[in-house]
Amino acid sequence: MTALASPPRSPDPSEAAEHAGIRRLLRPLVGLVVPVSAVIAALAVGAIMLLALGANPLSGYKALFVGGFGSWDNLADTAIKAMPLMLVGVGISIAFRTGVINIGGEGQIIAGAILSTVVAIGLPDVPRPVLVPLVLLAGAVGGGIWGAIPGALKAYAGVNEILSTIMMNIVAAQFLSFLLQDLLIEEGAIRIQQTERLSENADLPLLPGGTRLHLGFLIAILVAVLGYFLLFRSSLGVRLRAVGHNPDASRYAGMAVKKSIVQALAFSGACAGVAGAILVFGSESHRLIGEGGAAGFTQNAGFNGIVTALFGGLHPLATVPASFLFGGLLTGGIELQRELQVPAALIVALNGVVVVFVVASFRLRGRLQSWVDAGRGGGA
Amino acid sequence: MSEFFTVSVLVATLAGGIRLATPFLLAALGETLGQRSGVLNLGVEGVMLIGAFAAYYTALETGSTVAGIAVAIGIGAVMGLIYAFLTVVMHAEQGISGIGIFLFGLGFTDLLFQKQVGTPLPIPGVGKAPIPILSDIPHLGEIFFDHNPLVYLAFLLVPIMWFVVNKTTFGLNVRAIGQTPEAADTLGVSVNLTRTFTIVIANCFAGLAGAALALEVGIFQQNLTAGQGFIAIALVYFGAWRMPWVMSGALLFGVVSSTVLQWKTLGIVSGPSSSLLAMAPAILTILVLVLVSRRVSAPAALTRPFDRAG
Repeated sequence: MTALASPPRSPDPSEAAEHAGIRRLLRPLVGLVVPVSAVIAALAVGAIMLLALGANPLSGYKALFVGGFGSWDNLADTAIKAMPLMLVGVGISIAFRTGVINIGGEGQIIAGAILSTVVAIGLPDVPRPVLVPLVLLAGAVGGGIWGAIPGALKAYAGVNEILSTIMMNIVAAQFLSFLLQDLLIEEGAIRIQQTERLSENADLPLLPGGTRLHLGFLIAILVAVLGYFLLFRSSLGVRLRAVGHNPDASRYAGMAVKKSIVQALAFSGACAGVAGAILVFGSESHRLIGEGGAAGFTQNAGFNGIVTALFGGLHPLATVPASFLFGGLLTGGIELQRELQVPAALIVALNGVVVVFVVASFRLRGRLQSWVDAGRGGGA
Repeated sequence: MSEFFTVSVLVATLAGGIRLATPFLLAALGETLGQRSGVLNLGVEGVMLIGAFAAYYTALETGSTVAGIAVAIGIGAVMGLIYAFLTVVMHAEQGISGIGIFLFGLGFTDLLFQKQVGTPLPIPGVGKAPIPILSDIPHLGEIFFDHNPLVYLAFLLVPIMWFVVNKTTFGLNVRAIGQTPEAADTLGVSVNLTRTFTIVIANCFAGLAGAALALEVGIFQQNLTAGQGFIAIALVYFGAWRMPWVMSGALLFGVVSSTVLQWKTLGIVSGPSSSLLAMAPAILTILVLVLVSRRVSAPAALTRPFDRAG
């Protein structure tokens, strides 16, 4: 036990040299410690839950895997589920790296969906090559505004953004419910909260290949790339990350800290808002539908996107594979429900476990990093 | 609107406000203690859900509400130990790990409910226990002294928690480690042990709050709490980390919720507008936060893990 704990501060130069080889091997792997340990831990917890529910964990995981990645159609479904996760995840990465915790993805998705729906209802006859970009832009604007509000409240009134974004989620969900019962309700529909079928000119075109995969997938990847350039290849990104790293030092250095907070939440919300537009115009019904229970309009993507972002190490490009993994869990969850009668809510619980283990293993990574780095500079 | 302003309806609304304030109050009192020791527990919502399901399921199976409450508190304690391990030992970022606990509670209770119960079977609530003599006072008796024991317990805990925080050695330690853990450590206070203790208590309160909610509603459903746990955290800010002010906030939210319910019952609002009205607690929370955020200061060490080695 003590032997495990002491190597970082080992005074013996020969011992440091002895470990140098291992350290060199481990160095590139340190970044993987967090996701890998989180996955192993989450799989273990999931196995315990499956056992407790009277299901065989191995057949449970097999059903998850086959359901998520077993065929081209399943892969396409996984990609469809991955889109909102990817978009929200890119937004979360931008916000978290600026030191702002955005829990408002749900509300920002809804705000984007509402504004893009209003645009499609208002301009149904605009030709498709114009209307599709227009509704996506409207989604970004809607989500961006919904993010900028808590951003401004934090920057200028000191309001804790975690609480305000959660409250904005509740406001957006209730407002959507109001709109779908009143202003945007489909003619003749009484029980179902949904709009009419929106303009065909706003439909996101299907990608070739014969699956249900549509243009939204390319949009999501494009946003991930743009997010990467914004954060790591632009002066704005340097400012945002500096503010996230140390707001006080950034302020003394003359950076606009308040503006950065508002911008980060606006960008973050805009990404989620695009997801909202894609959920409407890429859906098979081509309607804006209400939040009814677990399978509601947002599909919990506002929260699941946080999982994706954390899992991807808050790097926009890494959220692409991460969202595939979690999209696969979501589609696999349907198979799990069908095969083993285990409710798909298990996936929500597992996502929570992943979040917990990811944030808990940051310290582990820090320890390992310092141990690996201790090998640098010879036997100093 | 005139039918709302009759004595009997107003009395019923205020009495309902006190009843609906109970889950907010229980969760917020525990959260206040935790935050005074420097730990932000954002998992309240998830633990409330778990407590609510535990109380509901136990009451459904055994027919005993007391057993349900006990199980909810016990599971709250277990969740508290988990959260303490995450934040105190592993130094996990508190805001985000709390969201993880929330997601876990949301999915886990939904999973268990679908698997074990399926349809929302009602459970018996906690019977009213009118306080002799006092409950006979016209109007005031009905508002204040004709409730179930959980309501009395919640409001009784306000002076108790105030006393614990302000007048005991334990409370002094809690306040010290919430401000300057390093100084408290130098004086021999075990920062991490005290924090573990406050986290466990806070989560027991959250579990109890969930039980109070489930027993009040009489059924369980997916996402039963619908943000109440998060509002309870906002109440701690509202109350500037002081128990009596936290209670005032809980009462305000209870009365607002009760008024909304009453208006729906009386048909003053209907259908679509009731969705608009359902935004009221969330908007009120944001407004309150705007008003108080710059006027009060949080415990200095809030969300900062402590490690003697630095």
